[in-house]
Amino acid sequence: MSAPAGPGASADEPVLEIRGLCVDYGRGAQATHAVIDADLALHRGEVLGLAGESGSGKSTLAYGATRLLRQPGIITGGSVLFRPGASRPDIVVDILDASPQTLRSLRWRDVAIVFQSAMNSLNPVLSVQAQLTDTLAAHLPDAAKGERRERAAELLELVGISPDRLRSFPHELSGGMKQRVMIALALALDPQVVIMDEPTTALDVVTQRQIVEQVIRLRDRLGFSVLFITHDLSLLIEMADIIAIMYAGRIVESAPARRLFRAPRHPYTAALLDSFPSLHGPPRVLTGIPGSPPDMRNLPPGCPFAPRCRYALPRCTREIPGLASPAIASDRRRLVACWLHEERELPGELAMPEPDGPPCAPLPIAPESPGGSR
Amino acid sequence: MTQTPDGPHPAQGGGRPRGAVVLEAHGLTKHFKVRSRPQRGRRRTRSTVHACEDVDLVLRAGQVTAVVGESGCGKTTVARMLAQLTKPTRGTITLAGEPVTGRGLRAYRRTVQIVFQDPFASLNPVHSVRYHLSRPLRIHKRARGAREVNAAVDALLSRVKLDPPGQFADKLPHELSGGQRQRVAIARALAAGPAVLLADEPVSMLDVSIRLGVLNLLGELRDVEGLAILYVTHDIASARYFSDTMTVMYAGRVVESGPSLEVTDNPAHPYTQLLLDAAPDPERPGPQAIEARGSAPSLIAPPSGCRFHPRCPHAMPVCAERQPPDMPVGEGRVAACWLRHANDKDAINTPTAGNLPA
Repeated sequence: MSAPAGPGASADEPVLEIRGLCVDYGRGAQATHAVIDADLALHRGEVLGLAGESGSGKSTLAYGATRLLRQPGIITGGSVLFRPGASRPDIVVDILDASPQTLRSLRWRDVAIVFQSAMNSLNPVLSVQAQLTDTLAAHLPDAAKGERRERAAELLELVGISPDRLRSFPHELSGGMKQRVMIALALALDPQVVIMDEPTTALDVVTQRQIVEQVIRLRDRLGFSVLFITHDLSLLIEMADIIAIMYAGRIVESAPARRLFRAPRHPYTAALLDSFPSLHGPPRVLTGIPGSPPDMRNLPPGCPFAPRCRYALPRCTREIPGLASPAIASDRRRLVACWLHEERELPGELAMPEPDGPPCAPLPIAPESPGGSR
Repeated sequence: MTQTPDGPHPAQGGGRPRGAVVLEAHGLTKHFKVRSRPQRGRRRTRSTVHACEDVDLVLRAGQVTAVVGESGCGKTTVARMLAQLTKPTRGTITLAGEPVTGRGLRAYRRTVQIVFQDPFASLNPVHSVRYHLSRPLRIHKRARGAREVNAAVDALLSRVKLDPPGQFADKLPHELSGGQRQRVAIARALAAGPAVLLADEPVSMLDVSIRLGVLNLLGELRDVEGLAILYVTHDIASARYFSDTMTVMYAGRVVESGPSLEVTDNPAHPYTQLLLDAAPDPERPGPQAIEARGSAPSLIAPPSGCRFHPRCPHAMPVCAERQPPDMPVGEGRVAACWLRHANDKDAINTPTAGNLPA
């Protein structure tokens, strides 16, 4: 459904805004609440990193927001607002409420997805060219065949693959190249929002780094926004502008990347940051997080992190904290869901001063090598 | 030998002093023969994958040795050869000074055990934890009779911090979390009473928050029981955290080895530098771009000379011609790189663009 935006519509409104999204698997009493009351705002040209352990609901959130959930996933509440911006300034689309036609024209052209495990997402019996032109033909039926082929070559060059790979089949490409083809496919229609679900998880560190650099370079050039989903928080701190941390289906903290890293406010964020061994300095013993990730079918009452939290208060095991701006934060983009911030005394680990300087450090970009990836 | 739940564990290192060489590999090489299927218009081709060439490795009691590299660099092949799951094409393995012949496999397995990467695949879904642990106890005659076996199973579960043991012994693998499953896999390896534990990516399938718990458990087995541990991983940061010595492999060859902290803090080989630059690092002080590009080579026709030279930002003509010898670059450290060749030092351009020390 499209509706004219109110007078408050301005350039700094988020391009994609998720409000109170709830997703269940199954119905009735047996339902598992996979995503609970999630709020996220993706601003134009930003990289929003969504981090969490497996089963924390981060992929479910992305698929729920684009209505790509499979049975038995059901969206039980919330709204997902997409604002096309300059091209169609007065329009706000609620994706959860959109008609099939609106949805069909919106997907890929406005909001594109790079799925997890690129290895299985490409069709093994079609050449790269066929897969690219197929997409273009479906969404731009007026374009001539030659134009489509040209655009396909252009897209491959964009992601650093030589256009003479157009006739290659997926099995002839390396894992990194397949992932690049997936990114080229997602960018085929110049989307404003690209959702990337664990795009580098199956890749080697060096390849992962190259892909991440490529994504940032393309973002700088084409200006799309990225929702980047991963379990690797250390990677996000380097590449994302804003990071949201999920635990047991809820967003527990969100903040600009550097600030989240230097001054975590949620005990889970702090413990997660302390789970990555450092590459510098004398080695110190890290403990990880005690216990196991929660069973989503059987969540404890109160804050789901309370059983593993070293600072848990009696209140934490009874009441669920909501996402709010903590008193200690000076940044209005900082939100945290934790009762500790209503206490007079905050553990020192969670009361670090906000770092100065730009809220997020840009990723170092290597000069583009001639010939792109080999 | 039996174990009681409360008594001290028998010295698992076989009473070897800390630092003594337990398992040693010399010139370990594996070539896999592959045949392509005949295709229309093409003949069947035979080729060889050079998975692993001339790898030297020493495992010492009470120490963790890490093998670090990208997928396809041959690190798992090394672990499998050490476990005698794959027969080396060339090279020797010596266990406590005795050359390993390939016979007496059961005695070998009593001393050398392996933990696999995927605890979701390495445990049999239809058998209980108790069954998984009691089999090696019986096979290696470490416990006899139901009562003794059950006591030993409980002791093993306590050793891997699955407490109380009674709560875990009769569970099936699907009732356990990933971290708990990997602990069961470690307990199964310990059941044989080994002196050497080969851990092939033991934490890469686990959630970030529980990886450290499993690594710390292995670290405790090293410190308290004097186990010699081989830690195969692609994650150089965890290798730095957990291992005493480190061996970096690239395309089937060892490019650098030495004490872990020295290797990561002051890498001597451009590939080690690349791995460090590529690893996610929130504390990286300034912008730093990756210099080497491209991807790992085909192992069917590996590059001539140094296998890293096509990607190396410091490559010189000699790198494409001859395989660099192992050059000593410090106390207990070697790097296979022409940049480190002392005799040729004046003849070559020392790196300026990179941050490798000249």
